[in-house]
Amino acid sequence: MIGLITAFGASGGTSSYAEVENTDVIVLWGSNAREAHPIFFHHVLKALHRGARLYVVDPRRTPTARFADRWIGLNVGTDIALAHAVGREIIASGLHHSEFVANATQGFEEYRACVEPWTLERAEQVTGVPAEAIRELTHAYATAAHAQLGWTLGITEHITGVDNVLALINLSILTGHVGRPYSGVQPLRGQNNVQGGGDMGALPNRLPGFRDVEDTEARARLDRVWGTSIPPRNGMHLTSMFEAMERKELRAVYVVGENPAQSEPNSGHVVPLLEGLDHLVVQDLFLTRTAQLADVVLPASAAWCESEGTVTNSERRVQRVRKAVEPPSGARDDIDIITALAQALGADWPDQTAQQVWDELRSVSPDHFGMTYEHLEAAGGLQWPCPSTDREEVPYLHARLWAAEPADRGRPAPFSSVEWKPPLDALDADFPLRLTTGRRLDSYNTGVQSGAFSTPLDAGETVDMNPDDASAHALAEGDRVRVSSRRGSIEGPVHLDPSLRPGLVFMSIHAPDVLDVNVLVSEASDPRSGVAEFKATAVRVERADPVPSHT
Amino acid sequence: MSDVRTSAPGTPVAPPRRKVTLTVDGTETVAREGDTILSVCRSLGIDVPTLCYGDTLEPANACRLCMVEVEGARVLVPSCSREVEPDMNVTTDSARTRHARRMVLELLGSSVDLSTTPRVEAWMAEFGADPTRFGADVATVAQPAKVDNNLYVRDYAKCILCYQCVDACGEQFQNTFAISVAGRGFDARIAVEFDAALPDSACVYCGNCIAVCPTGALMPSTEFDMRADGTWDVSRQSETTTVCPYCGVGCNLTLHVQDNRIVKVTSPNDHSITSGNLCVKGRFGFTHVQ
Repeated sequence: MIGLITAFGASGGTSSYAEVENTDVIVLWGSNAREAHPIFFHHVLKALHRGARLYVVDPRRTPTARFADRWIGLNVGTDIALAHAVGREIIASGLHHSEFVANATQGFEEYRACVEPWTLERAEQVTGVPAEAIRELTHAYATAAHAQLGWTLGITEHITGVDNVLALINLSILTGHVGRPYSGVQPLRGQNNVQGGGDMGALPNRLPGFRDVEDTEARARLDRVWGTSIPPRNGMHLTSMFEAMERKELRAVYVVGENPAQSEPNSGHVVPLLEGLDHLVVQDLFLTRTAQLADVVLPASAAWCESEGTVTNSERRVQRVRKAVEPPSGARDDIDIITALAQALGADWPDQTAQQVWDELRSVSPDHFGMTYEHLEAAGGLQWPCPSTDREEVPYLHARLWAAEPADRGRPAPFSSVEWKPPLDALDADFPLRLTTGRRLDSYNTGVQSGAFSTPLDAGETVDMNPDDASAHALAEGDRVRVSSRRGSIEGPVHLDPSLRPGLVFMSIHAPDVLDVNVLVSEASDPRSGVAEFKATAVRVERADPVPSHT
Repeated sequence: MSDVRTSAPGTPVAPPRRKVTLTVDGTETVAREGDTILSVCRSLGIDVPTLCYGDTLEPANACRLCMVEVEGARVLVPSCSREVEPDMNVTTDSARTRHARRMVLELLGSSVDLSTTPRVEAWMAEFGADPTRFGADVATVAQPAKVDNNLYVRDYAKCILCYQCVDACGEQFQNTFAISVAGRGFDARIAVEFDAALPDSACVYCGNCIAVCPTGALMPSTEFDMRADGTWDVSRQSETTTVCPYCGVGCNLTLHVQDNRIVKVTSPNDHSITSGNLCVKGRFGFTHVQ
């Protein structure tokens, strides 16, 4: 979100899924959409059957990569090096869109200087990707009539997560693959309302309508609507909250629908911090590990089927969620709980329906103003911006960058001259392997929801290794291993996976009760987004049981 | 082409299609080049029966129930796939079409269990079909239902070989290619690779084959079990469309609820994101609220 705001002034993916079907080249970078976003990938598949080409940049040869014309298997945490090499090759080959660059961007000369050292050869050394493969990716992307560049957590879950995004956006503005039909950049959101939560202001530095907390005018407008005075300073993101807990500055925490005791990095460290609070309130569907630590648990209804409201997807589409079943007795709607809490604290908040809350949001967010419940119903969901109650806008953002009149183009999109930094958790003789984490098709996050159903796909949680690495450690399929990082150790069965490059270890994030990978992961995070380095942990793998058990 | 909305200014649109004037059941009407006879009939409110036609897939041309008469054509034509032509004169209900539909229903009804095929009973009555007239010893595809996993059941005694599951699992949607056709002639049957059990196949349990199955041969275990117990009751079910709680794609889910329990999950065929398709989490991952 920060990267997109920096470049374009709006925090949404610039394209729509339907446009993906009609594009010519698709680059999925750090995204295993086939498993993590399967129905988005249906649109990609439609494009492939039409003749579009797919490039997948990922350290793992994922099921997504198997559909690619070319898999670009890079070393973990070398995305900026690769992106810069692509940028340099575009410029060196004269493939940048010089008219668009001149009209709609700024900082090109600085960017050119920044990427200049990233020759294909140097990039090959750092990223592990053959120079010729980088060249192919570059020319495919830059010469395509239309191209889509999508990414997911493989880009953001690094200490340089924001810079990674900026390095990719550089490529889109260098080639003019943004602001036009079928061309754009698309972050695929991991949860059904990540986009909407941000748009509604559920971020430490944002107000409803994604206005900046430090924007005096935006605050004044909300102050008038709400008859209050909003503090003129940013709040804390999750990582800084834990730092504040450590400093004993943050003493009470109200957790809504999160399971940080299991989802946060260095989880061995997180639980004592939560236990040490003066007061912990958890609002959730289940008695999660975090809820078990709470002083007060507020049972909530399931937002997707036991209450009314809206969520916003990765293509900025706001859609209605509707109540289909009654919640268990005692569980209450989130709006009810928050309102009752405010009333108990002495605030004069009226009881409101989801629609009334939405209408209030519409009144303060011009981009949502046109999305009445009636309009949402009639259109089957609406993408922002939607200023009019009876009309839809174009399905892509930033057409302004292509306007004929300079005055209509708005703020130019800046190139970001970011520097590549290796992962903080460095490999050395003690921790020679790179652990990366991710999702599997049939599971979700810490398994609070998906743990309740089983599928024949579920082969149990494993420590996945390249077969050659396993041989070097004298390990066979199913052997129990101990995986250690600079934070801690966990044990689990090994699984030989030829889709992993040598030196790479993979574990899913789904079953913290069985294989708690976050014990290993460092809490080091990107200072701007607060997102931790989930994708790059230095580990050592050793046999856990003394006798080989070839099962 | 995609369904990029055409209402907004500057939105990419498909090339314009020529208008075609034709007559259906005596009514002159204007359609677009590329429209099928079936789509024109449906827009006119003419109810042409179909079994193998799925509105999200390319026509399979398998069941021959939707045959209509086109003036000047030697044989009946399948309305689901035949595109309109200028000055076409179509008759959807004539002695020939009724005779053809009766035969199709009798042949299918004599060999396949159509007990969970929507509307088929009414069509049998309408066209005077009597599947029993071939006698008791006719060849059938009767066989036990395959229950080899906890998510869905394959009851090939109900399979009319429409190929929609093959297409949905294959290149039209899912691209998993777990389902294909085995055998020849009357022995031709839908099978997963080499007739393996489902858990040994490439199946990813998205259930997109269930979504297109017109006869209930593919059925979620929840529905199969409730039917077996005699508790499945559509008249007591509500359908509510909401948004999937897993990932940020925004697939719409239609929750089929009976007695405050979700008994089946589908997605609307006309939804721009899914075209009726879901992944394993969306279709089967609802048990955490039960």
